[in-house]
Amino acid sequence: MSNLFKLFEISGSALSAQSVRLNTVASNMANAQVVSGSPEQAYRARHPVFQSVLQDIGGASGTASVQVAGVLESQAEPRAEYAPEHPLADEQGYVYKPNVNVVEEMANMISASRSYQNNVEVMNTTRQLLLRTLQLGQQ
Amino acid sequence: MALSFDKALGIHADALQVRSRRLELLASNLANADTPNYKARDIDFRAALGHAQQGEAVAMRRTHAGHLPSGGAAGHAVEPQYRVPSQPSLDGNTVDTQLEQAAFSENAVQYQASLDFLNSRFQGLRTALRGE
Repeated sequence: MSNLFKLFEISGSALSAQSVRLNTVASNMANAQVVSGSPEQAYRARHPVFQSVLQDIGGASGTASVQVAGVLESQAEPRAEYAPEHPLADEQGYVYKPNVNVVEEMANMISASRSYQNNVEVMNTTRQLLLRTLQLGQQ
Repeated sequence: MALSFDKALGIHADALQVRSRRLELLASNLANADTPNYKARDIDFRAALGHAQQGEAVAMRRTHAGHLPSGGAAGHAVEPQYRVPSQPSLDGNTVDTQLEQAAFSENAVQYQASLDFLNSRFQGLRTALRGE
């Protein structure tokens, strides 16, 4: 039997997945200007990978929640900047900045917050429906 | 004459079940709006309701604890169908958030309508019982 309580689990999983995404965006943005002395030490942009989890064995009902399968580091090369007077500069006079694309991160943030809002809306609607179901036959 | 709740409530009890099942599916579509390779699913309401009205669906018997349930409950018998995407995205996700949102709110209103119908049926029953 289907029941609406499962819906809180589904939307709740989406909320936590989207908040992980928001967290990684915040971390990437915060570290976007961090300078380091070698390409290996430079901060790398992190991105979560979402995965859907079928709610019941066999998937007869077809509903699925979301989980974060892992957080991957971007493999793009860090940006090298020529700054010979910088204290962290290597022998060639280069410092390395993270491979964070700020514009991409901003778009990512907006998308994540929209998805978050959508799921909150779903939960609110479900809550109202459940409350009304509880009042069935009482008036 | 025996009072049968099944007859008194009519189609609305079944409809409510199918609606809540559809709500669940639409919510999982919305939850997976950013999941790569997720395919949006939905049920054909008419088919599911028809199935629910025919009474208990035929379920396979489980003779071993390790057997998977085949899903005999009303409304579950109809397999969800995959949506045909109008704008498929590169990551293999076929959820159209706007479409799902519209379907979700439409379905929520219809759920409330079913609740109202059920309420009025109960009210009718009560009036009949009181005999005022």
